[in-house]
Amino acid sequence: MKKNRKWVAPAFVSGVTTLAFGLASCESGKDEASTSGGYDAEQVAEALYIVLKSDRKVYASKIVNRLVNDDKVIKAHEEWQEEKALLLPAQFFREGAEEVDGVEDKPFEFSYSLQSSWPLNMENAKKKTPAVEQGLKEVSDPNSEFYGKKWTSTETIAGKEYFVGIYPDKAVAPACWECHNNHENRQPDYPEFKKNDVMGGIVIRIPTS
Amino acid sequence: MAHWIQKRKSVLLWLLVTIGLSAWLGHVLLQAEDKTLLLPGKTTHGHYQIEMACSACHTAEEKENVFTSSGVPNSACTNCHGEDLNQFSDSHPTRKFKNPENAIFLEHVNAMNCVECHAEHNEKITHDMGVTIPQDYCAHCHQVTLENLESHQNLKFHTCATAGCHNYHDNMALAPSFLLKHYGEANNLKEQKVAEVNALQRWLSEGNKKRAALTIEEADAPSPKLTDPAINLDWEHTAHAAAGINCSDCHDDPVSGVWMPAPDHHTCKKCHDVEVTDFLKGKHGMRLAHPELSPMTPTQARQSLKATSAHRDLSCSSCHQPHRYDREFAAHQACIQCHDDEHTRNYDKSPHFALWAAELAGTGEERTGVSCATCHLPREERDDHHVVNHNQNANLTPNEKMIRNVCMDCHGLQFAMDAMADREVIADNFSTRPTKAHPGISWTVDAAIKRGNEEIIALKNYLESPNPSPPENAVSPPPTTTQQNNSRTNEKE
Repeated sequence: MKKNRKWVAPAFVSGVTTLAFGLASCESGKDEASTSGGYDAEQVAEALYIVLKSDRKVYASKIVNRLVNDDKVIKAHEEWQEEKALLLPAQFFREGAEEVDGVEDKPFEFSYSLQSSWPLNMENAKKKTPAVEQGLKEVSDPNSEFYGKKWTSTETIAGKEYFVGIYPDKAVAPACWECHNNHENRQPDYPEFKKNDVMGGIVIRIPTS
Repeated sequence: MAHWIQKRKSVLLWLLVTIGLSAWLGHVLLQAEDKTLLLPGKTTHGHYQIEMACSACHTAEEKENVFTSSGVPNSACTNCHGEDLNQFSDSHPTRKFKNPENAIFLEHVNAMNCVECHAEHNEKITHDMGVTIPQDYCAHCHQVTLENLESHQNLKFHTCATAGCHNYHDNMALAPSFLLKHYGEANNLKEQKVAEVNALQRWLSEGNKKRAALTIEEADAPSPKLTDPAINLDWEHTAHAAAGINCSDCHDDPVSGVWMPAPDHHTCKKCHDVEVTDFLKGKHGMRLAHPELSPMTPTQARQSLKATSAHRDLSCSSCHQPHRYDREFAAHQACIQCHDDEHTRNYDKSPHFALWAAELAGTGEERTGVSCATCHLPREERDDHHVVNHNQNANLTPNEKMIRNVCMDCHGLQFAMDAMADREVIADNFSTRPTKAHPGISWTVDAAIKRGNEEIIALKNYLESPNPSPPENAVSPPPTTTQQNNSRTNEKE
């Protein structure tokens, strides 16, 4: 007896559609949950900035400046392992950022870095996206309405969309401007930094897609 | 009818052949030790010993992190290499590239995946260190550095890693501070000694209780086993007997208590954990780390070894004779049981051997002799103790890894760099002197002088002066007259 298989094709199409819809819903739900747990990207970035800025200030002023410049008990050096010295504040910040990047089970993805319109590490300059380039200019230009404030935008990197926030990074201790003003990689057109000048920006990215 | 029977026969034959082939392939895949049939290409020098343990690299774990069609996740690499990468602070860890802003660099080389640069089974494109991408890979990220370094203006990117200078993972060898710190050192340092190793002291510091020394009368092997007086005598004179380690401590199976005629590395590991763990990472012991493989034998090696040792199993007891555990034998004689290359054959004509012979004869001070083990199983400081690193491959390639943890125990940095960059000198087992000066230190010194580094300027003036007077605030102590005399005298060695 020949079996009646007329129901197979529509059932298959219906099944695949339902499954795809279900998976898409799951994916969509996952995305929603994986962004920021109810807060939008800008609020999360703002909160991260507060923590990063505070830690950076403490390391620069109460560790590096105190121990290197005031108490003179240890030096801070780019080759800190070899010299048994403190990490430079920018290195300390980058080590932390890379440590965060290495965490596999974050509740949602985010990344941060330190950038400047006047980099001492020239290889860092290549990393600046057009959005970061503009944001850095805005937060560090005294004539900009964003001077010393946050600057936010969105950008697409390698096909993925990101919220990007640039937050001012200010000179908080003599260790900051003395090192930058006298560094061998400092270019002739770089400004002479002083206390509270914006020397660069903390770049925070959170994927939105 | 005949056609039907013929057709059925063909189907049956096809079925039998298919089942037979499937069974055979299944056997090769799941049971047989020899899986040569499944190898898609020749494996690299670093992995051929375990090429029959497919699952060592093609792991089932962390499927979500499998980025490539090869099915080899990074975790398969870090299972064996992770500790070493951490030990010298890998200068290019994968986490460094995770930030989206590094996507621009990953367009050229996806440095997030180990196998992007170290693809196995690709003999034709495999360079030193198992690198399978073009050797000028540094250019993708470091173009600016090369352009800004005056000393590097005429260099090409394909030479970065091949000239004994830079190492993608361990770039500590040429840290400028390190080079400046050791600028001006004599060829031979005043103090030429390796660190002292005391395994018993370390074992006791781990909370183990000291036992009273044992004599032959106290040996607890079952009586039929105690018939060889040579074995008994050997044991009585070892550190084992002195530390109260009796026959049963090694020969009794820890679970069943049954006497084991030939205890293996698992037994040694009970007390010598660090040593065995290191041993299993090197080419001598790495097969033992995979229970499905038999121990390594010289026959399996790709390099030419002595035929007389062709079928010797490599385990702890290959070098440390059971019951005798003569460390002097293990440091030299054990190696030449198997190794037969030019470097090994020239050892007994070398100044290093002369020092080793003098130490053994009692005419040289302790720890001043240089045996095979001195360089290839270096003494390293770990957790406040010195241990012998039993992974003889740990500092072998690239050989500049040997400079810090071996050569500089006795030699100045410049001399060590020159020697390790000279293949003929290495083949001669350092009986001759390097003829070319590695430019690393002089480039760094020139750059420091250009920056106005007064300490380096003073040190350079001192070193080049016909009547030297020590500079004030030198970065490193200037070489003493004795050191300089030593370096000149030793030219004749």
